[in-house]
Amino acid sequence: MKFLKDAGHLFCFAGLFVLAFLIFLGIRGFVVPKSFGQYGHYRGNAIRDIAAHPIHFAGHQACEDCHTGVVDTKKNGKHAQVNCEACHGPLAKHAEDPGSVTPPKLDTAVLCIRCHAQTAAKPKNFPQISSDHSSGAPCETCHQPHSPAIDAGGAK
Amino acid sequence: MNGVEGFMYPNEIALHWSVLIVLYPYITGLVAGAFILASLERIFRVEAVKPTYRLALLTALSFLLVAPLPLQLHLGHPERSPEMYFTPHSTSAMAMFGYVYLWYLMAVLVFEIWLDYRRDIVLFSQSTTGFKRLLYKAMTLGSSNISERALHIDERVGWIVTLVGIPSAFLLHGYVGFIFGSIKANPWWSSPLMPVVFIFSAMVSGIACVMVLYMAVTKLRGKTIDMRCVDTIAMYLFYTFIIDFSLEMLDLVHRIYEADESFRSLDFMVHSKLYFSQIVLQILLGTLVPLLLLGLNQVAKLPEITRKRTYLVAGCLTLIGIFAMRWNVVIGGQLFSKSFLGYTTYKIGLVTREGLLVSLTLSILPLGILWVLVKLLPPWNEAPAQTGAAGD
Amino acid sequence: MNLSRRQILVLLPAAAVAWKAVLAGTPEGSPNYTMSDHWWGMLIDIPKCIGCSNCVRACQAENDVPDGNFRTWVERYHVSDENMTNPEVISPDGGKEGFPEATEDAGKYFYVPKLCNHCVDSPCTQVCPVGATFVAPDGVVLVDQSYCLGCAYCVQACPYGCRYIHPEKKVADKCTLCYHRITKGLTTACCESCPTGARQLVDLKNPNDPIHEFLKTHSVQVLKPQMATGAKVFYNELDGAVR
Repeated sequence: MKFLKDAGHLFCFAGLFVLAFLIFLGIRGFVVPKSFGQYGHYRGNAIRDIAAHPIHFAGHQACEDCHTGVVDTKKNGKHAQVNCEACHGPLAKHAEDPGSVTPPKLDTAVLCIRCHAQTAAKPKNFPQISSDHSSGAPCETCHQPHSPAIDAGGAK
Repeated sequence: MNGVEGFMYPNEIALHWSVLIVLYPYITGLVAGAFILASLERIFRVEAVKPTYRLALLTALSFLLVAPLPLQLHLGHPERSPEMYFTPHSTSAMAMFGYVYLWYLMAVLVFEIWLDYRRDIVLFSQSTTGFKRLLYKAMTLGSSNISERALHIDERVGWIVTLVGIPSAFLLHGYVGFIFGSIKANPWWSSPLMPVVFIFSAMVSGIACVMVLYMAVTKLRGKTIDMRCVDTIAMYLFYTFIIDFSLEMLDLVHRIYEADESFRSLDFMVHSKLYFSQIVLQILLGTLVPLLLLGLNQVAKLPEITRKRTYLVAGCLTLIGIFAMRWNVVIGGQLFSKSFLGYTTYKIGLVTREGLLVSLTLSILPLGILWVLVKLLPPWNEAPAQTGAAGD
Repeated sequence: MNLSRRQILVLLPAAAVAWKAVLAGTPEGSPNYTMSDHWWGMLIDIPKCIGCSNCVRACQAENDVPDGNFRTWVERYHVSDENMTNPEVISPDGGKEGFPEATEDAGKYFYVPKLCNHCVDSPCTQVCPVGATFVAPDGVVLVDQSYCLGCAYCVQACPYGCRYIHPEKKVADKCTLCYHRITKGLTTACCESCPTGARQLVDLKNPNDPIHEFLKTHSVQVLKPQMATGAKVFYNELDGAVR
């Protein structure tokens, strides 16, 4: 008993620890998200949150459902594998509500050059043009972008 | 591009770990080192350093209280840091921080200080008035038992706490070394030697810090410096430094000899971007000069005034040198590209959240806290005797 | 809890079904998508890449990537005959606005698009202190931005430099393999906008995936194989000079 009297302060100190630990456990049960640990050491609902992000590119399937004429034009040309939004940009809003959102007109002077500007760095067999290729005339004078091989005349 | 030479992966150009992440290991290193010095007396019975025992503990506590601040200021979401307590990821060395810190603070440092000072706290709680009295009364945790038996129990328990404290101190600082040493993506950091180098450089900085503080504080109090104490500390500092220096040289020689894919890029970085901080500050001024000054005192018995001056200079240079070492590890590890084809620049802000002003404040803050602690819990025998008379 | 034998016989199969659903992982909002049916990766066909950087711009548009940070980027390599081990590499603004004209004809040039490799043994998820970044059951490495502390440990641990701290949200950010798209049957924004088919999404668990066949019949490599991260972005004809 005398020992307890002389060591009582130590038990007091230890008691504070135990109390703090119990409070910690209580807070923890309250604060940790419920879906944590569902699939691993992370918040399971995070997957759902990330999958719910808005979409900006519709994907070529959505375009092809309506623009069947373009599909026909493209399918035998050199740009058959080039997806619509690769040139026309993100158009999910247009695909959702075609009437209300009009896709912007493209500037071929900037657009075509991105892929076709000549440089020693591109693969040799890839069609490239030098800066004096058309003496300043816009690309669509001679090329129809959906089927770019030159027939007679130019694009519409 | 701004500050970039050669090629860096686009996301690597800006540094993500700033000077605050240099400060954090520096501060916990001082804590661990100061504690090891205190344990020299308690466990290894090096009686000569007893005058610095309490000061070392209070120094450790002051720095430990400041330690989480650079981390909190660095985090993108400091309000989420309790997540490290609630859902620590068992594969992450950083997740240990919360628990190791808390353990070391409460179960080692605060516990040991409380046990050692309990008698003084009880006496103060009886002799002071007003707010101070309330403070001391709270610190007694309701017990005013300072009988010989109780104090003896305190002493025995304190001894065990110090014993447990030594590996705890190694863990507190060693895990920081492991945080860097376990990153295989970064060849400047990835090394099994990293935790060991961190621990030994921590001991060097902590011992130097207490030595300098003891000399300065004693001078400020107008008392005489115990030369036997300071000579002993300087001796331990010297031999610990030899081990630390050997470890760093081993790392360097090993790198140069193996010359793996990263070597050329790192070698160039050390000779250009890190020239001042590594070659001049860390190696020359921060290691070789202190070793020389301390070594001189081991082979020759110099007059007291010369010893005091060499110890002071060596101690201050050591503190700068170990800071430079942390800088070279943290900042150096982000200055080169993981493609080994380029380098970037560290642009430190002046008044930003992770800038120079904040770093300086965080470096001085522990000294302010130490001043308060020394006033509250004087390390020297000025506690009133049972009858209330002041002693010395 | 004292359950009668009868109660156990009723509860057990129900629990098993529920557990299977949990393991399979059907995130709400994507009702036709079962995580455990998929194991995502990507194929990058180096000879097909022309450095047009459509992918970099498309990714930024799709995912609101802040300027100066990159979820994907394109590097251009120039390996000269004199120095085959030290290539000249550029990636001006991640290649987003294209590359300067290359005039030197000596040596070889090629483009290397890079992104998060969605590693199986990812070092970035290993070091996250709180479990904010993780490998989803379908193999995509994701960041829970409402849980991330922004400590940047994962950024340091990635050997490929594909992570960054979002300047406004102050959390870790990186390529999500357009998780919000692939769980709805679409392809990633970068693959969608690539004009030459140099980037192709692949589902390694789908035997009918045409890219699967490609991977089996071509010599493919991953970046930094010595890091043993289990990277799932495969490069066709990756030159040894690529860093």
